[in-house]
Amino acid sequence: MTQILSLIQSAIIFGTVIMFGALGEILTEKSGNLNLGVPGIMSLGAIGSLMGAFWYEQSAAAPVPVLCLLVSFAAAMLFSLAGGLIYSFITITLRANQNVTGLTLTIFGCGFANFFGGSLNKLAGGVGQISLPITSKAYRAVIPFLSNIPIIKNIGWLVYAGIILAFVLQRWMFKSRAGLNLRAVGENPATADAAGINVIKYKYFSTCAGAMISGLGGLFYIMDYIKGTWASDGGIEALGWLAVALVIFATWRPRSAIWGSYLFGLLSWMYYYIGGLTRSTSELFKTLPYVVTIAVLIFVSLRRKKENLGPSALGLSYFREER
Amino acid sequence: MEYAVQMKNISKSFGSINANSNVNIDIYKGEILALLGENGSGKTTLMNILSGIYYPDSGQIFVSGKEVSISSPKEAFNHHIGMIHQHFKLVDVFSAVENTVLGIEDEKFDLKAATKRIEDICGRYGFEVNPQQKVYDMSVSQKQTLEIVKALYRGADVLILDEPTAVLTPQETQRLFNVIRSMKADGKSIVIITHKLNEVMEISDRVAVLRKGHYIGEVETKDTDPQKLTDMMVGRAVSLNIRRTDPVNPVKRLEVNNLSVRNSEGVQVLKNISFTAYGGEILGIAGISGCGQKELLESIAGLQKAESGSSIKYYAPDGSVNEMIGLKPAEIMDMGVHLSFVPEDRLGMGLVGSMGMSDNMMLKSYRNSPGPFTDRSPSKKLAETVKEELEVMTPSINTPVRKLSGGNVQKVLVGREISAVPTVLMTAYAVRGLDINTSYTIYNLLAEQKEQGVAVIYVGEDLDVLIELCDRIIVLCGGELNDVVDARTVSKEEIGYKMTYLTGRGSDPREDKQ
Repeated sequence: MTQILSLIQSAIIFGTVIMFGALGEILTEKSGNLNLGVPGIMSLGAIGSLMGAFWYEQSAAAPVPVLCLLVSFAAAMLFSLAGGLIYSFITITLRANQNVTGLTLTIFGCGFANFFGGSLNKLAGGVGQISLPITSKAYRAVIPFLSNIPIIKNIGWLVYAGIILAFVLQRWMFKSRAGLNLRAVGENPATADAAGINVIKYKYFSTCAGAMISGLGGLFYIMDYIKGTWASDGGIEALGWLAVALVIFATWRPRSAIWGSYLFGLLSWMYYYIGGLTRSTSELFKTLPYVVTIAVLIFVSLRRKKENLGPSALGLSYFREER
Repeated sequence: MEYAVQMKNISKSFGSINANSNVNIDIYKGEILALLGENGSGKTTLMNILSGIYYPDSGQIFVSGKEVSISSPKEAFNHHIGMIHQHFKLVDVFSAVENTVLGIEDEKFDLKAATKRIEDICGRYGFEVNPQQKVYDMSVSQKQTLEIVKALYRGADVLILDEPTAVLTPQETQRLFNVIRSMKADGKSIVIITHKLNEVMEISDRVAVLRKGHYIGEVETKDTDPQKLTDMMVGRAVSLNIRRTDPVNPVKRLEVNNLSVRNSEGVQVLKNISFTAYGGEILGIAGISGCGQKELLESIAGLQKAESGSSIKYYAPDGSVNEMIGLKPAEIMDMGVHLSFVPEDRLGMGLVGSMGMSDNMMLKSYRNSPGPFTDRSPSKKLAETVKEELEVMTPSINTPVRKLSGGNVQKVLVGREISAVPTVLMTAYAVRGLDINTSYTIYNLLAEQKEQGVAVIYVGEDLDVLIELCDRIIVLCGGELNDVVDARTVSKEEIGYKMTYLTGRGSDPREDKQ
């Protein structure tokens, strides 16, 4: 019983990392931009939050938890926004190939994070010596009355923030004028343009806002998932790709990303709780989220419901029709 | 009558081509105006200027007497002008109501209220639109109706319809006309861009005619008839002095019998086409664009699936006769039937934009070299020859062809096809967008091929050229073969009339003689 409880908890924590990543990417892709730089942007968000918190906790005599939160949050947002801006400028303004740009951004983001993660390690006195007790604790603070329920008693407030964000995004995309405009841009930018919608503005906005939300995934990874330290083990990158898979799994609906991310978490951690697995067979288990994503893709394609297939103009640069 | 819109001295050019030069047009309140003209006469450009897609180079636009400047579709709507394009601007996964409110910012975002208003509009003019229906579930006619509703929802008083009946069945056309009449009764002005004379006669109050970007004149529909309109549309014949020799002992090359083709949507685009093409002559194909010219050439080249019962026989120079339907495009090409198809975008078919001349030459011949490696030297030599003989202006034969100007791209394409020594050479719109000199180079090339005994099939849109370049002309009308005429005796008006009116199968002048 305790095993199942702890599996569910691990799944939720793991799921929240990729949920933020996927929510940001859903917002981005709804504008027709396929940003494969999610792992890189999550790494940028992660290293940003780590640097901010490290700097503040080191320099302040008595770090205040609220300021810890603010500083690391602001740094994470700044770093991931920079990633989003780079991508937007190259693909929207210069109209470069989105896949290439995204993949490059992933390589850049992960390398950048690993480089500065290593430097921080050195500053802290060795590999694995970084610790951010106050910041990490502030991010993992539980909500008083919810912590009485056994199954979620160790769940920090950011997890709930993620769920709320998913619902807000869902409502905004499908029930507001701006959401309608955004979806029109992703489906058929020429039509949106003819209707007087500023395609470029919407693409920039959703790509940059999406990058910042994805960056939150990196912050959550550092502060909650690995509890305020750094490891250059490619863990964020792996989760970043899962986030991209989750976008497809959730058929571009923020609300579906909630349960989808927890399911991915369950599938990813299952090997840990199933007895008798060797190192190699446990690796097989870790592929389960991807297998499920492929199954969903096949299922969705077979049903041929247009709404589930993602924005029609996804991955295409927009040129205004000119003669 | 009161003016709704006046356009004065409108000029617009694209590069070296004048799409509109000093066009004047008036639209009155509560009338149906037909804007008539051949392909490329500048009708759509003119209306695109009015609806804010293009900005005129010079000229003035007055709406209800006040001078305005319209630089975007949105501004056009602010002046109550709405245009329904041939390619609908709708988002597939949105419902009718979502599409309708898209981009409107000065009212509260309330889909329920919008649904109510759409239903009101539908009730008033007799539209049938289900506001909740998704666009991908709609038929073409429903999409068009939705576009009209969209324009009315935005308060359009002047509605421009660009060839609205091109995609409709006769029943749907009648329904559309009823709607147009009820909009007119409500005081709206409607402009229909068209080249179908019978529809002009049926629906319009007034007709304005454009030809080659120039305003020709306007008449009250009740004072005119199709013949007069055709004369205005095609104009007097212009002498071009294209080199044309009489065919020397023509030999039968292609015999097309009962060719019928359906497109991917199941619409019949070619109906029982039968004709013969002879070596040593140029066979022209005339018709309004989209009347089956493309499908006809593609079926001969093996790129289109023909209906059963169709037959295309190829009479090879060695005397053998082969049925070509069912053969692969490469097999047809090996027999000597070459398609040098030049569609709207010259690089769309036949050439690869990012490759140089010599590599493009190789596209047709690389299969012939043995082994896994290609032999580049023959294509290099060929590219040099084409470059010299046709005077292709390019820095080198390895410069990507997309960097060349339109005329030079055309020369590369035609040059490659000619170099393969074809027995049948098909070209479509070979001079579209080219300047006069380059056009003549292409005409001379085709005439040369004819003199060497090649059966040339030439699809063109300029009737003057067709009459002077070709020996015989097939006139297509709505996917049917309307007539085969002798280019030396036919008048421009006659072809124009036969392009727009199905007169019944005429006889082939040559076959009468033989």
